[in-house]
Amino acid sequence: MPAVSKGDGMRGLAVFISDIRNCKSKEAEIKRINKELANIRSKFKGDKALDGYSKKKYVCKLLFIFLLGHDIDFGHMEAVNLLSSNKYTEKQIGYLFISVLVNSNSDLISLINNAIKNDLSSRNPTFMNLALHCIANVGSREMAEAFAAEVPRILVAGDTMDSVKQSAALCLLRLNRTSPDLVLMGEWTARVVHLLNDQHLGVVTAATSLITTLAQKSPEDFKTSVSLAVARLSRIVSSGSTDLQDYTYYFVAAPWLSVKLLRLLQCYPPPEDGAIRGRLTECLETILNKAQEPPKSKKVQHSNAKNAVLFEAISLIIHHDSEPTLLVRACNQLGQFLQHRETNLRYLALESMCTLASSEFSHEAVKTHIETVINALKSERDVSVRQRAVDLLYAMCDRSNAKQIVAEMLSYLETADYSIREEIVLKVAILAEKYAVDYTWYVDTILNLIRFAGDYVSDEVWYRVIQIVINRDEVQGYAAKTVFEALQAPACHENLVKVGGYILGEFGNLIAGDSRSSPLIQFDLLHSKFHLCSVPTRALLLSAYIKFINLFPEVKGTIQEVLRSDSQLRNADVELQQRAVEYLRLSCIASTDILATVLEEMPPFPERESSILAKLKRKKGPGNLHPDLDENRKERSANGGTADHSSTTSNAKVAASPTPSTDLLGLGSTITTQNSAPPASKGTSLLVDVFSENIAAFPVETPVAVGPVADENFSRFVCKNNGVLYENQLLQIGLKSEFRQNLGRMYVFFGNKTSTQFMNFAASVVCQDTLQAQLNVHAKPADPTVDGGAQLQQILNIECMSDFVDAPVLNIQFRYGGTLQNIAVKLPITLNKFFQPTEMTSQDFFQRWKQLGAPQQEVQKIFKAKHSMDTEVTKAKIMGFGAALLDGVDPNPSNFVGAGVIHTKTTQVGCLLRLEPNTQAQMYRLTLRTSRDTVSQRLCDLLSEQF
Amino acid sequence: MQFMLLFSRQGKLRLQKWYVPLSDKEKKKITRELVQTVLARKPKMCSFLEWRDLKVVYKRYASLYFCCAIENQDNELITLEIIHRYVELLDKYFGSVCELDIIFNFEKAYFILDEFLLGGEAQDTSKKNVLKAIEQADLLQEPRHEYFNVPVY
Repeated sequence: MPAVSKGDGMRGLAVFISDIRNCKSKEAEIKRINKELANIRSKFKGDKALDGYSKKKYVCKLLFIFLLGHDIDFGHMEAVNLLSSNKYTEKQIGYLFISVLVNSNSDLISLINNAIKNDLSSRNPTFMNLALHCIANVGSREMAEAFAAEVPRILVAGDTMDSVKQSAALCLLRLNRTSPDLVLMGEWTARVVHLLNDQHLGVVTAATSLITTLAQKSPEDFKTSVSLAVARLSRIVSSGSTDLQDYTYYFVAAPWLSVKLLRLLQCYPPPEDGAIRGRLTECLETILNKAQEPPKSKKVQHSNAKNAVLFEAISLIIHHDSEPTLLVRACNQLGQFLQHRETNLRYLALESMCTLASSEFSHEAVKTHIETVINALKSERDVSVRQRAVDLLYAMCDRSNAKQIVAEMLSYLETADYSIREEIVLKVAILAEKYAVDYTWYVDTILNLIRFAGDYVSDEVWYRVIQIVINRDEVQGYAAKTVFEALQAPACHENLVKVGGYILGEFGNLIAGDSRSSPLIQFDLLHSKFHLCSVPTRALLLSAYIKFINLFPEVKGTIQEVLRSDSQLRNADVELQQRAVEYLRLSCIASTDILATVLEEMPPFPERESSILAKLKRKKGPGNLHPDLDENRKERSANGGTADHSSTTSNAKVAASPTPSTDLLGLGSTITTQNSAPPASKGTSLLVDVFSENIAAFPVETPVAVGPVADENFSRFVCKNNGVLYENQLLQIGLKSEFRQNLGRMYVFFGNKTSTQFMNFAASVVCQDTLQAQLNVHAKPADPTVDGGAQLQQILNIECMSDFVDAPVLNIQFRYGGTLQNIAVKLPITLNKFFQPTEMTSQDFFQRWKQLGAPQQEVQKIFKAKHSMDTEVTKAKIMGFGAALLDGVDPNPSNFVGAGVIHTKTTQVGCLLRLEPNTQAQMYRLTLRTSRDTVSQRLCDLLSEQF
Repeated sequence: MQFMLLFSRQGKLRLQKWYVPLSDKEKKKITRELVQTVLARKPKMCSFLEWRDLKVVYKRYASLYFCCAIENQDNELITLEIIHRYVELLDKYFGSVCELDIIFNFEKAYFILDEFLLGGEAQDTSKKNVLKAIEQADLLQEPRHEYFNVPVY
């Protein structure tokens, strides 16, 4: 234990810390901590009142335990008690505990605020400072509410001590950051600006930070700060190296204050007043001159402080972007740093030059350093520096040097760090597109990207090359030839297969004249890659094959054979199987004309912002991107970097929405082929994998329904499968369902009607009591959030085990605003959904009718019509109910009869029904006969509600 | 500045100061990630790195890493010197500071930091002024003999 000469040693604390340090294992440490926690808890709970010292010591121990990473859930009250102690160290520890451990929604906040209020009005500067530090450290909304008006008063009061002013200024800064709406400008603002003239440099330093923050919020109110800041800066810059005494740092005059003043000036355009403007230019020149002077000290602190001011001055010069001489000087200075022995300086020079590259005045000057930057890319040992070099090359790229830069980036890509490869790929793709004069270069570049870093080539990149090739006739033949050659490599990246498949499928004919790339050779080449590819790529290749059939009738037979093989037609993957089946059928039945129309060349893509650019923006996040001249200028004229966040994200959205699905071919012509598929096959493909997932997962987690279960629309769904099930002010629930035999699938659509996101969204289905054994409903997991205006889809897989009466309940829970919403809706899964219609002759019908004559098998109901007695509507309802409507069976033509089979997993139940309307009496008689009494009863109940 | 972390070469956190509201869980996650990232860097590498949408500035003093996260428009070099000035303050106060001083007197390390940086901005950059404030506070403390008869636990 070190001997602590200063401060108030708390021996118990030191012993405890030693104990912890001596613990040999994590377990031992936890044991020791638990022992201590128990001890402290008993002391706090004990009958004996603790004195201030003990309280302080235990609170401090708790703090230590918390800082070790353990949770602390008591002691807050004792800490709050310490706040009102009149002993400084006790108060201090109390405040420290509160600052570190009390979060804003603590219920102790009013007690804390009270203590702070007392200290603020104590007129004791040390106590006032403690209180201000606490506000600044916690910075919660409650504190802002309590003190946002009081702190400015303290700040500008004439009799406030300097040290308190400093704390008050930064305390206000923090409150303004967390709750800007609560910090209101007032007559104090003018006086705050004049703090820039204060004699005490500490006060000026603190005040400058505050003014910068406030000026960003309301520039008008603080406009006068510009001239004061320039005057102050001028005095510092021209002062001798010891004039400012303790504010001189390693022979640099007030570096922190200088940086802050330069930062403040970046909130405003160049001063309009000529005199002020001249003085500022003078300051900036002096700073640039000083950079050339020999260092006054060899210490790194000296050069860091000096260069910190220099870099901030350069930032201001770039921000103003109006003085060509200064811009070029700045650029030359940075050029020197590019070869400095300090890694830090090289890093910063590269970073700063990126912004210079976007100024029209200095763009050319930046370009002269291209060789140095390329060299940095090759020789820097630190990846973060190389990253900056890549950024700068990207920023300085234009038509004149694009080929060189793209080539350098490509060759760097082969050895680049994995962490930055994807970004380099995006940048190369963007530059190649932007500065392509001839598109053969572009195609080569992208294919090289795939070759060197295929894994890092995102979908956006290969979509883009295809869009461009499709839109430009002149490059199509070259592209086909090049991908054909690239595909010859024994091992090529799957992305190349995708591009190759797509391009040959569209433009293979352009190279088919050459016997070395005849249609059959092209096809064999593509197909040789088929088996090594993932499902989406294979799907794309199948589409390319059907396009081949159209382009080259001579390979039709070969391709049909491939499609016909078991590995395609019976592929385990539904998508592949469906494509094989459909394409094969299409190639067999369609005439060449139809084939040519359906499989026509893709139409040009609409020109739009490259989705790659959007992706790069997303990747880099707002604020540190330098795309091109215009964009940067726009941002700057909008003053500051705050505006570009929203524009970045909205760009990303715009570009993301039209991004093609994983399969480009699916977008255009092939959609027609998919639609032409016979509807029956759709049903199968839908249900084939219904129970591929674990059914057992349901219904283990069963939240109990809260509140009433909504069932207003329930009976509407008895005879139909689609529609709106439920709606309130926030949420709309729509359904779409399909049933086949004893299986069903229901798509539930949750529509967020508000503009606010639903959080913690969860929907589950509960089958209660006996229903559990009769019906399996498996809900696939869905997203936990639903964006405002968006729709969330959840899929339910349903299996009917045996006949049932009750309906499952859909429980929905989500957080909207601050409140938790609970909604329960009865799900319209009814027994009749598992009906299969059965056609039969009159004779068969009556024979079975008689067979089902036992009294419990028949259920009959006579009821009044609730709707108009329209024959067509009634027919539609019976068919919607699921039974076959049998015409001409009943001797009375106004009666309706139907027949069908209810499928459950265990049994099948034959059902016959007869509905006899009596229009005069506006009554119906409904008779159900089935082999099971419960089924007869349930179907009769369901159907009788419908008329 | 958004936060400052002090941690040892073994990755043990010695001091944490947050100037933005974050949940404890987030703080722990950030700390874990950042400590790992910084410790993985080699000695001669540059002191700055991009991390999420922030800039991280760090420097190693003996066995301790000092690490600050600043916003994009903030000045890296001056932040490096903020770290240095804080080290100087600790050094002056403890008299040739070492990691153990900060472990055993963590509360003092916090008090000194609060006098120097508030709300993430430099409050006073004069070494004299900051130390004067701390010393004044130390003078206010009660004489120690008062507590000699108080049991340790």
